[in-house]
Amino acid sequence: MVASLTDKQIQHLYWRAGFGITPKELKKVQSYSKKKLIDHLFEQSNAVKPLYVDLGILKKNPEQLTKDEKKEFRKLQNQKVLEMNTLWFQQMQKTEGILREKMTLFFQNHFSVRLRMPQIMLHFHNTIRKHALGNFGEMLMEVSKSPAMIRYLNNRQNRKGSPNENFAREVMELFTLGRDNKYTETDIKEAARAFTGWDFDKQFEFVFRKNRHDTGVKTVLGKTGNFNGEDIITILLKEQQTANYITEKIYRFIVNDSPDPKNIKTLAKAFYESNYDIESLLRDIFMSKWFYDQKNIGVKIKSPVDLITGLGRQFNTTYEKPKALFFIQRKLNQMLFYPPNVAGWPGGRYWVDSSTLMIRLKLGSIILNNGVIDIDIKDDMPENRMIQKKSKKTGLAKRIRATGDWNAFLPHLNNTNKKDLVDFLIQPQLSETAQKIIAASKNDNTQEFIVELLSLPEYQLC
Amino acid sequence: MKRRDFLKQSVFASGITLVPSFLKGMEFLTPEQLSGYRNVIIIQLSGGNDGLNSIIPISNDIYHSVRPVLAKKKEETLKITDDLAFNDSLKPIKSLYDKGEVCIVNNVGYPNPNRSHFRSTDIWQTASGSDQYLTTGWIGRYLDANCQNPYEAIEVDKALSLTLKGKKMNGIAVSNPNLLYQSTREPFFKDIAVNAQKEMLDEDNQGYLYKTMLETYSSASYIYETSKIYTTNTEYPNTAFGNNLKGIANFIISGLKSRVFYSSLGGFDSHVNQMNTQDRLLKIYAEGIGALVEDLKKNNRFKDTLILTFSEFGRRVKQNASRGTDHGTANNVLLIGGSLKKQGVYNELPNLADLDKSGDLKYTVDFRSIYATILGNWLQVNDKTVLNNNFKKLDFI
Repeated sequence: MVASLTDKQIQHLYWRAGFGITPKELKKVQSYSKKKLIDHLFEQSNAVKPLYVDLGILKKNPEQLTKDEKKEFRKLQNQKVLEMNTLWFQQMQKTEGILREKMTLFFQNHFSVRLRMPQIMLHFHNTIRKHALGNFGEMLMEVSKSPAMIRYLNNRQNRKGSPNENFAREVMELFTLGRDNKYTETDIKEAARAFTGWDFDKQFEFVFRKNRHDTGVKTVLGKTGNFNGEDIITILLKEQQTANYITEKIYRFIVNDSPDPKNIKTLAKAFYESNYDIESLLRDIFMSKWFYDQKNIGVKIKSPVDLITGLGRQFNTTYEKPKALFFIQRKLNQMLFYPPNVAGWPGGRYWVDSSTLMIRLKLGSIILNNGVIDIDIKDDMPENRMIQKKSKKTGLAKRIRATGDWNAFLPHLNNTNKKDLVDFLIQPQLSETAQKIIAASKNDNTQEFIVELLSLPEYQLC
Repeated sequence: MKRRDFLKQSVFASGITLVPSFLKGMEFLTPEQLSGYRNVIIIQLSGGNDGLNSIIPISNDIYHSVRPVLAKKKEETLKITDDLAFNDSLKPIKSLYDKGEVCIVNNVGYPNPNRSHFRSTDIWQTASGSDQYLTTGWIGRYLDANCQNPYEAIEVDKALSLTLKGKKMNGIAVSNPNLLYQSTREPFFKDIAVNAQKEMLDEDNQGYLYKTMLETYSSASYIYETSKIYTTNTEYPNTAFGNNLKGIANFIISGLKSRVFYSSLGGFDSHVNQMNTQDRLLKIYAEGIGALVEDLKKNNRFKDTLILTFSEFGRRVKQNASRGTDHGTANNVLLIGGSLKKQGVYNELPNLADLDKSGDLKYTVDFRSIYATILGNWLQVNDKTVLNNNFKKLDFI
């Protein structure tokens, strides 16, 4: 049985499993069967490519530093987190393994941690990256015991006799069961006792401090015993609700902001039965028929990372300085490694407000045309266009200083007629307004037409 | 030239035709409408301002004994009562206080306080309980329930904070009306704005994008055109915060039909060497507010203005080992306005002898009571709809 997908459906798959598809990639996979295409996606993401940042310079004991040295040390720490940020963006733009990047993005936000400590943030990130297409239970266990999580959710302060409930609460509310599902305040208090003693040492290695651990009997989710932290995680994974919650969150991320309870129920059951195998959950989604339904195509608002990386992969964007990329991320409210809080970025419509939308709409023109969209349809004097195109970077383009490469894109297009360009670059159906504007455009210059498409509200969707 | 005269000579003299056609139905307020048009300015001191070193329990022995390095000496402060004094960086606030334009509410907080910046900020911004995660801010819900246009709540800052995000409508974030206006002035965007009609009605994400785009497009013009009417000649301190307040003053005095303004000043997270940092920041705050109030008074708008200043939490009573203080809980809140009903110190001073397990102040006033008072008594809207609950109102306004 060879069921192949239409171009639009392939583009859909690539937007949701990654950051869109280039004309070159599309040509390559166009003839693949659905199954082969999905196998191909997983194969390309097989390799785990950890981020690497040289942190040797931070191997000092901050307690032995003078005041000025401490200040310098903190500055260095900041720089290194920013370096991680830049590296991750480069990797997302260049890698073949888009699915792993996308799921790393998902789980880095699921286990949302914000610390200016590159030593433990890098380890945390690479732990997530390693498990992103693997087993959720193993990821949960390793992430929970990572110094970053222990530090961020105050498990260092969680000791026998004076428990700190921060991690116990979030592991139920945010990481497994979901808010107000199954657990009570007493479950949190009891679980906190089980996590006492989890700490890390000066080498940033997990240690279990026995003398801080509460060895007493605890009752959590109806089960009673001499539980330690690992036991609680195991108990949480035993709950079908954990599979339901994770499945729904992944569904919202990959498929649609509005969940379909029937699909989610089927997926979650299989996810639980597979013992939380993330790859098989994703295969179930991508192999399904409903994933390619019209109602799921072009309906999600791209996250800033989707938008920036999507343009980056398509046009091979280069930034004069890393600062430019930080500037965009801050302006669009998604700075990698700096989530707003432990709940992470909510996604969806959260991305769009008056201060972000106009910048998002201008991003394509900034990268490709010095910030000029240039479609004054009443003005069809070619000289004027020439002048605008030659003009220097202005306004936002001056701040952002990013440049795209048309040669990474144009030569690989089969067709440059308007309809094909619209079909390739715009995932949703064009609104009446956009249709009208496109139809009225007298523009026969392909580059200018593409810049116009990238400036439509429709390009914000995938 | 006074604003009123200016208006008479320009816009009103030449009729309303100056207003572009897509702005019809949302003209700015006439001078007659303007008087009595109440507004509230919300200032967030981000990072957790140490309230005990801002408004100081100067005669309290515990204060001096647990803060051997950080406690202010009496002669370094500005006296409020025998027991209470302003940090001397707050001189401009002290002079407003002496005129009966300041109300200090002590011990403001909420049950089960959270000491995380992010979480506690969320709680204050969404007006949630500490066990509740809301995705809309309290001003966003005010917009949803009471307003027609997003620009009726404006954040003068780089991005829109959660406070101003509603379900149906978001407020507008603008630091530079000119820049926002310019970014919308693409001929291409104009074509979309002029042609887009039907999409605005759709509830889906595409509809939302078009709606936000049109809201921004028209608000940007409205804000830009209207705020041109008045440009202050009052001198503001040359700080980013001062500039933001200046922007707010221009909006208010120009007659922008906005009732809520929001801005923040950051850097208050004083774990280490608190004294210099905090005093410097308080000075920036106080000088900015001083200039703003002077400006509003000159233009007869202060009587219609209420300024709320808060921080996501106060700091620990006891100083830490690095000449700083750690995250705490309850804190004082400042209300400044030309029409306060209750001036001075609103309630009892913090009780330093009765702390919680962590050594933090216990709250006695729920911050949502202050919100309810502002919504119900000052803006005169239904506070229960916005706060999803009935909170006891105070009588400072």
